[in-house]
Amino acid sequence: MKTRVLSRLISPQTMALAAVLLVNWILFPGFFDIEWKDGRLFGSLIDVLNRGAPVAILAIGMTAVIATKGVDLSVGAVMAIAGATAATMVEAGWPAHTAVAVALLAGLACGLWNGVLVALLDIQPIIATLVIMVAGRGIAQLITEGSIVTFSDPTLIFIGTGSFLGLPMPVVIAATLAVLATLLVRRTALGLLVEAVGVNRSAARYAGISANVLLLAVYVFCGFCAAIAGMIVAGDIRGADANNAGLWLELDAILAVVIGGTSLLGGRFSILMSVLGAVIIQAMNTGILVSGFPPEFNLVVKSGVIILILVLQSPLSATLFLRAPKAKTGASK
Amino acid sequence: MTEPATVLQARGVVKVFGQHRALDDVSIDLRAGEVHALLGENGAGKSTLIKILTGAYQATEGEVLLEGQPVRFADPLQAQAAGIGTVYQEVNLLPNRSVAENLFLGHQPTRFGFVQKKVIYAKARAVLATYGLDVDVRAELGSYSVAVQQIVAIARAVELSGKVLVLDEPTASLDRNEVDRLFDIIRQLKARGLAIIFITHFLDQVFAISDRMTVLRNGKLIGTSSLKDVSPTDVVRMMLGKDLEILHPVSTAAEGASGPVMLSFDGFGKPGKVAPVTLDIHRGEVVGVAGLLGSGRTELARLMFGVDTAESGKVTMNGKEISLRSPVQAVQAGFGFCPEDRKADGIFGDLSVRENLIIALQAKLGWFKALNRDEQLEIAGRYAEALDIRAANHDMPIKLLSGGNQQKVILGRWLAIDPNFLILDEPTRGIDVGAHAEIVRTINRLREDGLGLLVISSELDEIVAYSSRVVVMRDRQMVAELHGQDISPKIIVQAIAAQHQEAAE
Ligand SMILES: Nc1ncnc2c1ncn2[C@@H]1O[C@H](COP(=O)(O)OP(=O)(O)OP(=O)(O)O)[C@@H](O)[C@H]1O
Ligand SMILES: [Mg+2]
Repeated sequence: MKTRVLSRLISPQTMALAAVLLVNWILFPGFFDIEWKDGRLFGSLIDVLNRGAPVAILAIGMTAVIATKGVDLSVGAVMAIAGATAATMVEAGWPAHTAVAVALLAGLACGLWNGVLVALLDIQPIIATLVIMVAGRGIAQLITEGSIVTFSDPTLIFIGTGSFLGLPMPVVIAATLAVLATLLVRRTALGLLVEAVGVNRSAARYAGISANVLLLAVYVFCGFCAAIAGMIVAGDIRGADANNAGLWLELDAILAVVIGGTSLLGGRFSILMSVLGAVIIQAMNTGILVSGFPPEFNLVVKSGVIILILVLQSPLSATLFLRAPKAKTGASK
Repeated sequence: MTEPATVLQARGVVKVFGQHRALDDVSIDLRAGEVHALLGENGAGKSTLIKILTGAYQATEGEVLLEGQPVRFADPLQAQAAGIGTVYQEVNLLPNRSVAENLFLGHQPTRFGFVQKKVIYAKARAVLATYGLDVDVRAELGSYSVAVQQIVAIARAVELSGKVLVLDEPTASLDRNEVDRLFDIIRQLKARGLAIIFITHFLDQVFAISDRMTVLRNGKLIGTSSLKDVSPTDVVRMMLGKDLEILHPVSTAAEGASGPVMLSFDGFGKPGKVAPVTLDIHRGEVVGVAGLLGSGRTELARLMFGVDTAESGKVTMNGKEISLRSPVQAVQAGFGFCPEDRKADGIFGDLSVRENLIIALQAKLGWFKALNRDEQLEIAGRYAEALDIRAANHDMPIKLLSGGNQQKVILGRWLAIDPNFLILDEPTRGIDVGAHAEIVRTINRLREDGLGLLVISSELDEIVAYSSRVVVMRDRQMVAELHGQDISPKIIVQAIAAQHQEAAE
């Protein structure tokens, strides 16, 4: 048992995070300083978590989708739709909780659409979700009527910028969602069944698993997560920008999942590891920002680190690191 | 008389997987112009040995020699280049590429660097014709049955083999005619001086075609001898380390002994797949299904399990009509189904043996009644023991298990749901003689426990051994139902072949 916990702690992901944090600390010695001001925590570390929260939330839903051997390219656009919906509704005078509920419903509906295409019409996930990825921003613009809708509704703003127990709301929401989702998949049979569908959908059908219902559920959940992330981003900037909200974040979310060790070929997954992946990505972003390097560097450094992590995870490196010594002893005889 | 030259040789090969010694100091030598049978129980290490010979695995210790020179193939491609063609146990072709591409992938006939489709198609047709196979070579391989895929894999390996041909259970999914054709080809290759390794669990085939044999047990070399010097009983003793009591216990399945009708299929069919079938299944009986490949046996099973949806007829269970529109409904009704294509439809390769054993039960229980770890361990342990599943531990991915043991896991998976009605499509495929007898015994025991079983098998002796009734399929139709004294291989063959006589008249 002890060794299992230990081996988890020294996974490539935790080592990568430690390395990134260390570099951040070298570049910016105040990186680990945290202070308590106005009833909440401040500091670069808190900032990393706060900024990383939307991608972490996307990654939670994306993990489930990828575990079924799928992918959801539409989450960025769904964020824009949810943000646009909530913002437009509060500006039109609806109470905030109604606006939030409708925005969440919009996310669920987008997820359902994706799910129907993938599960019932058997369209490849990458194509199926491309539909909303492209059309979604158009829909969001229709909702906002082409302008950036700003708002001053305190509830919506609280979702993006408020705090709870000293922690920023986005962090609280992401952490709660991560824990709840993990409990949901690991305390029930959902996790195993999702993995089974991802490993072999045909065998899953033959084993009496309702593979289609599971697939639907997974895409709906992913849409739901995207809607939450969309409202956080809108609340943060106090406005809904149909063009730019969540732009390219689907790629970060997929990356977070892959860094977290879930294979794009489906099967075994870990939601918490994906969240860790999102934090690693954000720590890199922040590090480059605070170090004063031009932001162009960001992309180059990011891809370097990603390649490193992927190489470390690949079966090739497993053989290199695990087999090479044995092979040598065999040959020297 | 001079000894024929040794072509391929392994000396003192050891292969360790984690804690497990899959091969322990094994040596084998293959001579030019011989068929060398490699025998042993499920998990004995046969596939592992040939994977080492052909570069798919690297030996932990020991060496491989090709024509006397030590070789170290980094992968099967290098072995191919050296003239060793291999058909692995799990067919490794590309299901979504055409038959022709699969035959020639990596060594297409080209002209000025361009692949010539027409030439390839013509050549593919010619090659497959020697196996008596007449299929559209442009169609996706995956759209054909396991048997066709198997033949394509064999043809591909034969094309590639200049010196050595390795066949790991090539006949598992072939019927008698196809096996005969394969043997003709093997004899030709033998006459050309190839060394051929032949792995199978069918002893009659071993004696029909092989010159020598090597037996492994638990990863250890038991011995090599000429088949002229041994009897089938000797071979079984070498494989199991003990005598097998009775191979096929005389069928106790007297028809009168079966219980009341449990399930009735009434005009159950789907146009283009299976013509309407009317069949009652009683408690405590085994209905055997015989027929040639492509006669609609598997299609019937898929229909009965809701994998395909019937378009005519109805099903009643214990007098009440039930709906069978999906496997989910079938499982809820207490049905179980071991499919024919183990790799594609049976196993969850990356999931553990334990998870593979409990997955159907878990699916039946639903999302929110999760079996906890202790329950899973208990269930997995129980069925692994009942079926003698040999796995180093139950947490290893099932894809690392030997083929026969994977098959047992899928059977165990269905026993775990405590089924009323079990459909087994070729349940003994790839299963060793000991386990074969074990599975026949299990089928008989399940029948005595009051289950209804429908068992599809190409092995007539086996069908005769456990069936209370035999249904014969031909051209996607149920053409005969045999009872009592009529259940004999001879009469079944007649029923299957009736069509050819009609056609000939
Ligand atoms: N990659 C692997 N990792 C761990 N164990 C393995 C691996 N490959 C095979 N084994 C184990 O090695 C043993 C021998 O397996 P192998 O596939 O060679 O058996 P086999 O004789 O071909 O059996 P069968 O007749 O069932 O095909 C088995 O116990 C199997 O679980
Ligand atoms: Mg094998």
